[in-house]
This record gives sequence, structure tokens and C-alpha cells, in this order.
Amino acid sequence: MQPSYSAEDQAFRAEIRAFAEANLPADLARRGLYDYHPRREDQARWMKILAEKGWSVPHWPQAYGGPGWSGVQRLIFEEEMRRAHAPTADRIGTELVAPVLYTFGSEEQRQKYLPAIRTGETFWAQGFSEPGSGSDLSSLRTRAVRDGDEYVVTGQKTWTTEGHHGDMIFMLVRTNTEVKPQAGISALLIDLKSPGITRRPIWTIDEGLTVNEFFFDDVRVPAENLVGEEGAGWSYAKFLLTNERTNSAEVPHTKRDIAQLRAIAAKETKNGKPLMEDASFRARLARIEVDTMALEVAVLRALTSGSHDGGSIASLVKVRGSELRQRVADLADEALGDRGLAVRLSPEAEHVMFEDGLTPPVPEHGVGISAKAMFRRATTIYGGANEIQRTLIAKTVLEL
Amino acid sequence: MDFTYTSEQDALRDSVRRFVEREFGWEERFRIIRSETGIKAEHWATFAELGWLGAGLSEEAGGFGGGAIENALIAEELGRGLVTEPFIAHVIATQLLAAIGSEAAGELIAQLVMGEIRVVPALQEEAGRGDWRQVATQAQGGKLTGTKTLVEGAASADRLIVSARDGDTLGLYLVDAASTGVSATPYRTLDNRRVADITLNAVEAVLLASGPEAEAAIAQAMDHGIVTLAGEALGVMDAALWTTRDYLKVRKQFGTAIGNFQALQHRMADMLIEVEMTRSSLYAALGMMADDDIRARTAAVAAVKVQASTGGVYVGGQAIQLHGGIGVTEELNISHFYRRLYVIARQFGDAEMHLARFAEARDAA
Repeated sequence: MQPSYSAEDQAFRAEIRAFAEANLPADLARRGLYDYHPRREDQARWMKILAEKGWSVPHWPQAYGGPGWSGVQRLIFEEEMRRAHAPTADRIGTELVAPVLYTFGSEEQRQKYLPAIRTGETFWAQGFSEPGSGSDLSSLRTRAVRDGDEYVVTGQKTWTTEGHHGDMIFMLVRTNTEVKPQAGISALLIDLKSPGITRRPIWTIDEGLTVNEFFFDDVRVPAENLVGEEGAGWSYAKFLLTNERTNSAEVPHTKRDIAQLRAIAAKETKNGKPLMEDASFRARLARIEVDTMALEVAVLRALTSGSHDGGSIASLVKVRGSELRQRVADLADEALGDRGLAVRLSPEAEHVMFEDGLTPPVPEHGVGISAKAMFRRATTIYGGANEIQRTLIAKTVLEL
Repeated sequence: MDFTYTSEQDALRDSVRRFVEREFGWEERFRIIRSETGIKAEHWATFAELGWLGAGLSEEAGGFGGGAIENALIAEELGRGLVTEPFIAHVIATQLLAAIGSEAAGELIAQLVMGEIRVVPALQEEAGRGDWRQVATQAQGGKLTGTKTLVEGAASADRLIVSARDGDTLGLYLVDAASTGVSATPYRTLDNRRVADITLNAVEAVLLASGPEAEAAIAQAMDHGIVTLAGEALGVMDAALWTTRDYLKVRKQFGTAIGNFQALQHRMADMLIEVEMTRSSLYAALGMMADDDIRARTAAVAAVKVQASTGGVYVGGQAIQLHGGIGVTEELNISHFYRRLYVIARQFGDAEMHLARFAEARDAA
């Protein structure tokens, strides 16, 4: 038992921090300060820089370009990236799709897709949920019918995160309707430029664009784009969603948010005194930090156990982590007082739903905060709603 | 003890509800909130015509004989439809004038209830974080200098009622919105309401009341306004609750309506409890509005603000959660219910401020 960061871990952290300070372009860091949706070109620029250093895909096996870091080192790396306000990677591609490809994909698929994901040239979208299939994903209905060397895909996908940035989409489709729902699902890789695909943006509570709907109308997909075996898509999906849940604790992001909250509080006053001296504010901030500390160690436990504990720890940290993300965003907005009620998006934001031409009197440190507090309502829904996670915990860990 | 509305009050509720259904359909609401002003000018004339602008004001004060019950009821129905007209601002302005009771105030009320002029209160400042009692705006030689925040209805207002200090003495002043030295920074709040910060730079003003008279008028009008706001919160919460209930009966996952899952049933039960506690706290406050014991009134009003703030954010947040992904979309009303409840929770002070206000009122009792 050595439940703290070792000297090597700390040296590793210092190395990452120094690299970010020396290499993160200033315009990227400035836009990252708002924590708004990163631009694709910003993400790609930073991915390229990291790829040259060999750090763009921390969790991949070394054979495919990963740096061979431990779980703890990966978490440290992610924390330092958040701390530096660096743009995130294409997380759908690097964290969800790539592990499926290097675990279950063909050698041709690995060679074709993985290098471009690693360098930030190709961005991916995920096509899982459908209007009638959210938490109950196995009921999905998008059909893929084999026709010679191709599949013909027809149906609709929704909640495709950052789908407007995607070149390719990793799709779960129904290839067999005769068997039980889970057994009739396959995974297909589809070029989003294929004829027959239309995209509709879904504007959300933050007046921003994160998710999209995709409509597939007789889209022809080469049969070689099938991942693994036909009918095995459900097991790949479970593998992939377990990865999503482990990552969705989002401790590095929450720690970054706490630092931002402290910076906001240092500039705000309440009843004529610095906000940090307000007893109630202090107590609530402290409670968020206390809970984050515990969550961080829970994540470290999961990362050092050498397995995903059958998904049980993943579900557990997702529940607490997603709730914490809401709490920290709400407290940051509250710290802004009246200014936290105004709509004030990042001036460099792309994809703004409604430009009202108005500039509210929100200080620089409050830009994007209210939108973030609104959008965080989604954290307890996506990646498997928390109600589903709690049921999983009850069944798999408590064996109820 | 009687918690039933009179037939006149029921008729008033029906009238507001019909208006909301007819004029504020969901697509029409989008057209309005995306328009330049965020409101529809014709609506105010309708409000006047139907008697809503004076419904919550006694006949002695120039109204049509009602009180806070009528205003809360109107606001509740407007809340169901997330109507963006600045009704609460109108209520506070008329209550301020009624409490002042001067001849000049009476003349303004007569025009206000007919919808002939628009007057809105400008009491809050940034440092107060919703606490209207923190006033730094200065009145020197009858001229006002300072900045007021979150002034609802400012864009369409002819006059503003501004709180300011002349030395240590608090006063209420009437300002012509078009006066030299008045500048407005208009913006949109999360709930798609239009507000403005108003900066006054040595602006000519007419003193309406000062000292204890002004303080009492503000206390009375703000209590009335907060109760009305709580009425609106109740309407939004109730709409969010039952819209979610209906969804749980039709949304199927895992081969069954999700309303059959016990975890979700319990959540809905908790939401209903919050709605009913808000309704009860509202009735408690309405029962105190005409009371001579001002501390007891203040305690009851602070209590309903606490309940409406915390219960509102809970009900609105869980309505999103139970809807899943579509709950966070712009398209559906659910996210808009949450946004309105989120703003209401902080408007005129958050739960924490009103808990302190409640405790102070109880100390003094």
C-alpha cells in the first residue's frame, strides 16, 4: 500500500507541465480558458504537436503509438492538459472508437484508421442512441442489410456528440431481426460523406451545439467496414461504454473547474467582503473539494487494479463524478451573483444558436459560466443515465 | 380557514389560462423570444383590457379590488406558459406607488392599470446580489447617480422608480426613462427575459417618498412582488411536474413505460411534494400579506421564497433528468422550465439570503 503519488509520478507531472507551458500555442490556451467547445482546428493543431512528442493517445498500446504509460500517469497527463487549458483530443475517436478497433478490428482497419486518429487528422462521431433507444440501447432499430459487397443502412441516430466535427462515424446497426435484440447488432464504420446521410443540429439548453441527429437513407457501406463479426456489435458496445464510464468521472475536468471557481471567487464580493470569506460559500466549495478528493482516489483505485472491476467501479465513479460536475458549475455561476443569470457565451465561440446582438455586463472571468451550468444538467444523463448506473451497481456489485 | 378560490378568482384564472393557450403557444413563444424586444407589445394592451394590471390592487389604491392572491394567481398561469411579459415588475411598481399613496402616485396608478404608461422598479444593484436593501446609488440635489441591475421591462418603460440615498436617507425617486444621463445596457437572462442595467449619471428625478416611508413602501412592495414571483414559480413547477408525469406514461424503454420503474416513481413523488409544499408556503404568505405584523409577513414571504427557490430548482432539474436527452434540448419546454426556475431561485435574493431574512424576522418577533 502506497496510496500517494510516488516521486516518479511527481517528476512525470513536472515533465508534462513543462511541455505544456512551452508548447501550447497562446491562442489555444486563451480559448481554452472559457472551457467552451474547442474548435476542431484547435484540437487538431494540439493533437499534431502531442503526436510528434508521442503523447497524443496516452491509453493506447505502444504498438499503435501509445506512450506506454500506467493508468496513474494517464490521469496525471489528463490533469495537466486540463490545467493548461489545452483543447481536448477527439475523444470519440481516441477514447471510444480506437480501443474497439485495436481490440476487435481487422489488421486492415487498424492500419487504415488508427494513425489518422492518433495525429488528429480524422475525427470520429458515435452512432449509438436512437430516438426510441436511449438507456435501452439494445432496442436500436437502424437497419443494415447486406447487398453483395455492401451493407445498405437506413435509420436514424441521435445525441451524436460533436458529430458536426466527424469525418467517420462508428455505428451500431441491426443486421439481424430474427434473433434476440442484443444478438442482432453489428458495428459498422461509415464515412460521413457517403450519399444518403443528412445531419440536423440539436441545440441545447446552453444555446450551443454539442449533439446532432443523423438520418441514413439507403447509405451504402463497404462490407469491409464491418468491425469484427456480424452480430457481435453488442459486446463491442459494452466494452466501449465501460471505457466511457470510467472516463466520465472527469476528475481532471472537475479539478480544473475548481481552480476556475477559486479564481472567480477571488474577484467577487458579497456583503462588502471577499466572497472567499463568506462562510456558506467556503463550506460549499470545501465540500466539493472534499468529494473530489475522494473521487480522485476512487478513480486511481480503478486505474491501478489492472481491470475495470467488471464495470462496477466505472458505474460508481460516473454517478458521483457527474453530480460533482453539476455542483461545481452551479457554484461557479452562483459566485457571479446577478452576472451569473445573463447569457454570455465565449466571444470566440462557434455554432451560436441565436445571436441577439446584446452584450451583457458580465466580467471576463464570468464568460461562459452560466451556459456551462445549464449544459451540465446533461452529465447525469449521457454515458448511461445515473438511474441506469445505480441499477448496474445494485445488480453487479451488491448482487441484489 | 378556507383555501378555495372565489368564483371571481376562478374566472380570472380561466381568463389568464385561455390567453396563454391562445396567444403563447410554443412556436409563437419562440417567435417572441427571438424577436428584437423579446416581448409582444400588443399583449400588454390585452393585459390592461382584461383587467389584470389592476386586479391585485385595492379599490382605494386605484385598482379593481383584489390583492396579492390575484397577482399570484395571474403569475401562476403566466408561469405555466413561460410568458415573458414583465408582469412582476409591473406589480412591484404599482405596489410601490400604492404604498406611497400620494396624489402623484395615484395619478400614475390610474394610468398604469389602464396600460397607458409603463413604469418599472429599478431597486437592485450588483453588489447586493439580489438584495434590494443594499443601495449605493446617490441622490444629490435631486439628481441621481449610480447603476441598477436586472431591470426587467426597462426597454418599454416610460418611467423608472429608483431607490437612492441622500446622505443616510433612503428615498424613492421617479425618473423619466428618456432623461439625459440615463443609459441602458440591455441583455438577455438565461430564461430569455429581457432586462437591462441602468446607469444614472446626475439624472433629474422627482422624490416620491423618503426615510421610513420609503423603506416601508419598498418592504411592502418587494414582499408583494416576491409572493407574486413565488406564484409564478408554482405555475412553472406544476407544469414541469405534470408534463414529466405524462412523458413517463408514454416513454417506453426496456419494453415498458418508464413510469413503471420504482426509482422514477419515487422521484416523481418527491417532485410532487416540493410542488405542494411550495403551494402551501405560498398560501401561508398570502394569508399574511394584509397583516399588521410586518415581521410575521416578512417571515412568511421569506419562507415561500426559500421553498420556491430550492423546490423549483429541484423540480426543474429532475424534470430534465427524467426526460433524459430531450430534456436538455432548446426545442422542448422542459429545459425552459428549468431555466426560468433557476433564475427565479436567485431573483430578489437566493434561498440563503431569505433564510437569513426569515431568521432575523423571527428574532425580532
